[in-house]
Amino acid sequence: MKHYSAFAVAREALRYHTGWERAWRSPEPKKRYDVIIVGAGGHGLATAYYLGKNYGIQNVAVIEKGWLGGGNTGRNTTIIRSNYLQDPSAALFEKARSLYEDLSQDLNYNVMFSPRGVMMLAQTQHEIRGYQRTAHANVLQGVKTEWITPERVKELVPIINIDGPRYPVLGALWQERGGTARHDAVAWGYARACSAMGMDIIQQCEVTGVRSEDGRVVGVDTTKGAIDCDKLGMIVAGHSGQLAEMAGFRLPLEAVALQALVSEPIKPCMDVVVMANTVHGYMSQSDKGEMVIGGGTDAFNNYTQRGSFHHIEETVRALVETFPMISRLKMLRQWGGIVDMTGDRSPILSKTPLGGCFINCGWGTGGFKTIPGSGWGMAQLMATGHSPLTEAFSLDRFKEGRFIDESVAAGVAH
Amino acid sequence: MLILNCPYCGVDAEESELAAGGEAHLKRFGPGSSDEDFHDYLFMRENPKGVHLERWRHANGCGKWFHAARCTQTLEVFGTYSAQVFEPPKKIKDAITAKRPGWTWRDFS
Repeated sequence: MKHYSAFAVAREALRYHTGWERAWRSPEPKKRYDVIIVGAGGHGLATAYYLGKNYGIQNVAVIEKGWLGGGNTGRNTTIIRSNYLQDPSAALFEKARSLYEDLSQDLNYNVMFSPRGVMMLAQTQHEIRGYQRTAHANVLQGVKTEWITPERVKELVPIINIDGPRYPVLGALWQERGGTARHDAVAWGYARACSAMGMDIIQQCEVTGVRSEDGRVVGVDTTKGAIDCDKLGMIVAGHSGQLAEMAGFRLPLEAVALQALVSEPIKPCMDVVVMANTVHGYMSQSDKGEMVIGGGTDAFNNYTQRGSFHHIEETVRALVETFPMISRLKMLRQWGGIVDMTGDRSPILSKTPLGGCFINCGWGTGGFKTIPGSGWGMAQLMATGHSPLTEAFSLDRFKEGRFIDESVAAGVAH
Repeated sequence: MLILNCPYCGVDAEESELAAGGEAHLKRFGPGSSDEDFHDYLFMRENPKGVHLERWRHANGCGKWFHAARCTQTLEVFGTYSAQVFEPPKKIKDAITAKRPGWTWRDFS
């Protein structure tokens, strides 16, 4: 792999950019790997990367049904924050946020991490209490967040209307070190780094079966033939249920559609991320100037990667009331992703009933922000059989009643 | 937008007029049941990529609960039926079979 640098740009400029090589190889699958990761999204690639980097396991294949980063990694609103209430979540999400800080240097790939600050508006008395509680919890967890007044909100976001008639802004939970990153670049950067370590990223290759002997995984059947492995990691978000069925176990998940949309590009007007969970909308401005808008999930099971139109209307209606200046904006694009929701709205990072088979799923509406932390913990779990980061997120927590209940704590939007 | 026919008042209701109620025909397990059964009842759902039987409420209409058979992959609706049944009536099953031969749902098909 050639190192990306200012010098490389100058060198290539002198020879008409003929020397750039492909960021990652696209090899045919080998007969056998130490580890196979199913799903070349952010979480899968990050898991492969940290397996190689932290544990020296480099005989790894990442298998992808479609194209790399084409699922939820390329369909989110790129928000990164770690202001969670429960301790296990705060540990995992804060690990991810801190890894994002120097991810560009680590991967030698510009992921455009922008710690511009994330603001979660409190618009009811209930939310004030909830967010103040979260702010106190964050102090104990060592996550830097603070409770701020409506005046400070207005100072940080001049375009906001803080005295809306129905939902006035009563304050906000402010995480200064949260922000956004370029979602595709995160997948591409990890893919390039994995490929440079000699790992094989195999796209357009669908897993059709999981092979096991004596209760232990021995390989997978794919559209490109059978591939053997010692350990298998399933990291496929919305389709986890289908894959688990092939491996002979079930998951406490339901798949629903979550959508987002972007406006036409306008001049810089808002340099923080604003989330309004009561009215259910969140918005940030991309580097291109587009307002990136997200809302709520559809209420019914869905695998179509497109959402219901009336949810867009609800989201935009709420945001127009909060940000009156966006009322004349045209919307450019809208898209949906299939998110896998668990009962307690926290992810599952766990061993499974099948030996040597590990699962990472259930990120629901908030997976992008955790990509590095999830990969870090998952790699530790797969390499050593135990990770303090993922311990609380095991599959048996539902049976044992050890919920990590973020559905109330974190609000609905991620 | 998803449109379902309410089997009680006969209205073709748009999605915004309805409230989704999740998976249908769950068998309830309560006190005295095994941990396994209770866990499955609370958390495990079929979550199929295909034929899905589910509950809806005509919330902004007649207010009644009813069942719907729908495909989660294509959003195709096979039909709606009464809430007072443990499995879909034959007419609905036939409609599903016509479009999705070989479909199954837990104990029946």
